[in-house]
Amino acid sequence: MSRPTPLREVHESLGATLTDFAGWLMPLRYGSESAEHNAVRTAAGLFDLSHMGEIFVTGPQAADALDHALVGHLSVLEPGRARYTMICAADGGVLDDLIVYRLAAEEFLVVANASNYPKVAAELTERTAGFEAAVEDRSDRYGLIAVQGPRSQEILATLTDADLPSLKYYAGLPATVAGVEALIARTGYTGEDGFELFVAAGDAVTLWQEVTKAGDAYGLRPAGLSARDTLRLEAGMPLYGNELNAGLTPFDAGLGRVVRFDKPGDFVGRAALAPLKDIPPRRRLTGLVARGRRVPRHGYPVVRLTDGTVVGEVTSGAPSQSLGKPIAMAYVDTDVSEGLAVDIRGSHEPVDVVDLPFYRRSK
Amino acid sequence: MSSIPEELSYTKEHEWIAGLEDGITVTVGITAYAAESLGDVVFVQLPEAGATVEAGDAVGEVESTKSVSDIYAPVSGEVVEVNQVVVDDPSLVNSDPYGDGWLFRVRVQDTPEDLLSAEEYATVTTADS
Repeated sequence: MSRPTPLREVHESLGATLTDFAGWLMPLRYGSESAEHNAVRTAAGLFDLSHMGEIFVTGPQAADALDHALVGHLSVLEPGRARYTMICAADGGVLDDLIVYRLAAEEFLVVANASNYPKVAAELTERTAGFEAAVEDRSDRYGLIAVQGPRSQEILATLTDADLPSLKYYAGLPATVAGVEALIARTGYTGEDGFELFVAAGDAVTLWQEVTKAGDAYGLRPAGLSARDTLRLEAGMPLYGNELNAGLTPFDAGLGRVVRFDKPGDFVGRAALAPLKDIPPRRRLTGLVARGRRVPRHGYPVVRLTDGTVVGEVTSGAPSQSLGKPIAMAYVDTDVSEGLAVDIRGSHEPVDVVDLPFYRRSK
Repeated sequence: MSSIPEELSYTKEHEWIAGLEDGITVTVGITAYAAESLGDVVFVQLPEAGATVEAGDAVGEVESTKSVSDIYAPVSGEVVEVNQVVVDDPSLVNSDPYGDGWLFRVRVQDTPEDLLSAEEYATVTTADS
């Protein structure tokens, strides 16, 4: 049985199509996923992300412990700031991609993917054993709601006295929102401006309803996982299990910049990753735009149009609202950049290579 | 709950068939239930007019944001017309599955015995959900 989030009854009352995702019962869409996608691009969307994991690392050596456990340099984070990073295996494979918030000098919040957070919590516990630091998985106690889109700040401003205009991208601020204690983070997974609100699980329904009421006049609508996936794909953001997995290093994924060899001390994965730093990977993550209307999907082979040789594999694909054509991310051999097609159920459909992301919001 | 028109026949694979009783040419589409399950349909591939199809064969596909599904021929015969309007605007499958969202017409040579009535099809959709 899939686990419900604290918002299950709200989703059901909204007529959501529910689906199993990473062991959770999640809203796939409430009505038309295209309309939800467009609402986030033009106004705002409201997402239930309570399936994500919240792991706290606290103590005098919490910062040093995370520098050892993760590939990023977390001890240099100012309190209130956040960073995108990864936890790698000793062989360099990506175990998960994470956002780490420094809440205070000795308190960090590690946000991990739903499918991975038990593993991440276990790894963090093991890796920080020699440090004066405690690891606690508090995922069950948290609800997470995201307000994403160009109108999101206006909507949230009606519910909180927090200084939203001063809150930077990748920063977090404890505040009261609609009478509920929340950590407001200016982060998201849609390519739009937006906020993620971490609250006690018991407050999730109240917050959802208040944001819904406040957002009505601004065109806010609830948005499900389907819209979340097409939005993040247009924004060129990786999804664990698609663009990232334990068989790939951060360098394979084109995200070598997150590995900070300049930080002091050893970290898990350093020995395996250091030699890869200057070696060009065989394949690179590439943006593809289909010329036709059939959609390249996860796992489909990328082939050379001339002779059908397989030169890559699609990691994510979907019809793009913003481009009006199917788009995909794929790992493609670095020596090929044109004359490509995707094998869509036996038919070689021509695609063009484009730079990522597919969509960039206008500032 | 999506509608299941009484006068149509159905397959377990969620096609509907109209005009079966006159036995000459039938119209085929996919049900409102199937369209809702798929989500927003973005691409429809149909058999070509003139093609001979066998009941049960995959003859086309419907693609939505999240998934792709085969369209099966519900009867055997010759495809005599395809709905170019739905090819150009696949969203009609969602907005009007039993009307403008029809897919193709077949001159029937053989009708399988396991086609479902509206009542029988309703049990299929209940079992699925």
